[in-house]
Amino acid sequence: MPLFLDDDQSMLQDSAREFMKAEGPVSHFREFRDKNCKDGFSHGLWKQFAEMGFTGILVSEEDGGLGLGHVEAGVVLEQIGRNLTPSPFLTTAVAGVAALNHAGAKLRGEYLPGILSGDTVLGLAIDEKSKHRPDQIAMAAERSGNGFKLTGQKQFVIHGASADMLIVAARTSGSAGDADGLTLFAVPKDAANMDVNPVRLVDSAVAAHVKFDGVEINADSVIGEVDQGGEVLGALLTAGRIGSASEMVGVGGGAMDITVDYLKERKQFGSPIGSFQALQHRAAHLYSEMEIAGAAVLKAQQLLDAGADNAALYVHMAKAKASKAANLAVREGVQMHGGVGMTDEYDIGLYMKRDRALSEFLGDTNYHTNKVAELHGY
Amino acid sequence: MSDLDQFRSEIRSWLEENCPPEMREPVRGDEDMCWGGRNFEFQSEAQKVWLERCAAKGYTVPDWPKEYGGAGMSPAETKIFRREMAKLGCRSPLSSFGIWMLGPALLKFGTEEQKVHYLNQIARGEIRWCQGYSEPGSGSDLVSLQTYGEDKGDHWIVNGQKVWTSYADKADWIFCLVRTDKEDKYRGISFLLFDMETPGVSTKPIKLISGSSPFCETFFDDVKVPKDQIVGELNRGWDVAKYLLGHEREMISGGGLGDGSPSLGAKMTGAIGLNGLGMLDDQILRSELAQFDVDALAFRAMAEKFMDEMKAGKSHPAQPNMMKYAGTELNKQRHELVMSAGGSDALEWESEASRGGKKPREWLRTKANSIEGGTSEIMLNVISKRILELPDG
Repeated sequence: MPLFLDDDQSMLQDSAREFMKAEGPVSHFREFRDKNCKDGFSHGLWKQFAEMGFTGILVSEEDGGLGLGHVEAGVVLEQIGRNLTPSPFLTTAVAGVAALNHAGAKLRGEYLPGILSGDTVLGLAIDEKSKHRPDQIAMAAERSGNGFKLTGQKQFVIHGASADMLIVAARTSGSAGDADGLTLFAVPKDAANMDVNPVRLVDSAVAAHVKFDGVEINADSVIGEVDQGGEVLGALLTAGRIGSASEMVGVGGGAMDITVDYLKERKQFGSPIGSFQALQHRAAHLYSEMEIAGAAVLKAQQLLDAGADNAALYVHMAKAKASKAANLAVREGVQMHGGVGMTDEYDIGLYMKRDRALSEFLGDTNYHTNKVAELHGY
Repeated sequence: MSDLDQFRSEIRSWLEENCPPEMREPVRGDEDMCWGGRNFEFQSEAQKVWLERCAAKGYTVPDWPKEYGGAGMSPAETKIFRREMAKLGCRSPLSSFGIWMLGPALLKFGTEEQKVHYLNQIARGEIRWCQGYSEPGSGSDLVSLQTYGEDKGDHWIVNGQKVWTSYADKADWIFCLVRTDKEDKYRGISFLLFDMETPGVSTKPIKLISGSSPFCETFFDDVKVPKDQIVGELNRGWDVAKYLLGHEREMISGGGLGDGSPSLGAKMTGAIGLNGLGMLDDQILRSELAQFDVDALAFRAMAEKFMDEMKAGKSHPAQPNMMKYAGTELNKQRHELVMSAGGSDALEWESEASRGGKKPREWLRTKANSIEGGTSEIMLNVISKRILELPDG
């Protein structure tokens, strides 16, 4: 398979590009930010995502979806990144669906139709501290009657307060650090003894701190097998990581494009500042890094979709590389914009904020770089 | 089984049957490479047989048309062929500036007669080529070159000097940029081919900071070049040169890929040692190596994407400049890390243990990667002008 988008994927890219430009441009993001929307995204736009078929990309045909892969999900996410389009696509239709695809028929029937129609939003309750350490999950799920009782706390649950259901990773046996003993639960938003405290983040998204104080859930809510949640969690994390890498390729690419445009417009000393070699070389270096990051992410997605053995390595690598490249793009972007780069009026600063949050989502560049070393045995 | 699967299995069995075991050992250095040419001395019978077998099938240049000595493979078939070669660890049967650089230029700009004549010679490894581009006063500003060919009716008389001519002392023929019109800076250059045995051609090796090198100075003193030995139109050699530089940049960019091993950090465990946790026993170097591995793996994906896009005609024409920039900078970084990991062992310049100072010599040699074939700074200029379309200063 050649390492570029095939004809169908290119068509999807064209429609995602046009859709996001028309329906979810940066002005749309500003509108929702400025009215201090409690959800941080438009439910109407989420319905439109569904009408476009985007929310069914990773849902199997058997369950009414399109049965496509991570390459296709990435194509949509890159356009989301370029336009800073606020939506629950990454958490719900990518990472959430990747987990639900491991669930039994009952749970799939309960949640997938709502995702396909753009009615349902999911939250991912994974992290317990400020840094992403999924191997240190300590939250307890004790057996209780016909089900389980959850006790502990989660944070950085994006859309946690707007979500209809939270996917919660908890320990049913063993202790923090053990490979086995994890279980994933589908916890409905109205569960008793659950305290959801939303906070606005630097990129204007709303994430929640969630406290579980003996939350009772029945055994039907287990996604996959009890104590064997590692595999389901792995699928969720992989989809979310490579998805966020695609979105960062979009954020970095969008930041680079508006910066290069600005270099052509802005005049100082009687010339466009883009004619100065000091800036040209930095812009060209950035172009090079963004191209490489894009290739790295696409390669990882192709390997994932093909079920290749080394896909895990490539996903860690791609998230690390995309973070580094997009971070360079937004830093260079603000600096090359000069004073106006610091103003809220110009978009470049919004890209910087979004990049910061995406970079932290499901492991930052250091986390994934360390994984690359571990997987190589050093 | 699809046609391509069928093709893959045919290639695999041909390689298994025809590639001698010695030719499946890793290449240790320049001395293991087969360069071909009139004066080439084969290192072994296996090396000779491998070249002959491949040349007979067109496998030295699998994607060239059959009438020019190739195997006429499609892009997909060529990719499969190279993958199968790599899987079995087969050495390249022929290393050649003719294949990498002149060939593509002839395929695009040569006359039918030139293609049949020169390309077949290249494919069979009969003629070894060198490249006459840079001059003492014309490096990055290559177009200012002064070597002059005076029009004498049915031939030119060429006078001047080239520098950084790789293997000029071993090559049979040279492809050379020569000024044929002194008035027009860009359009006054022609792309000429001539025999290095022509009277008036002489060469002198250049010693580098890494020790002896394949580079030479090459001098032309009243060298007679027949008029049918021009590629492309008179005074339009710059077009050929630019096209060919693209191929040279692609070739050099491959340096960033290293020797095919997926991880530099994993290779360094022997030199550095592991601590009780199974981590490299130098946390800062471990971190640098891991960051390098991320960049190297990402660049490997980029190289694959670039090749696939090129073959499908989807690549930006200036993209080789990006590849050359990123690949050479990465390769320099690789060798900095190899030196760090090697410690004082990696300083040994002549000992047997160091195989004649392989590490420090390679480390120093890589410093030229971002100078030769267009400096990194020139690459960045080209990217900013032709891809980002930033205005001229």
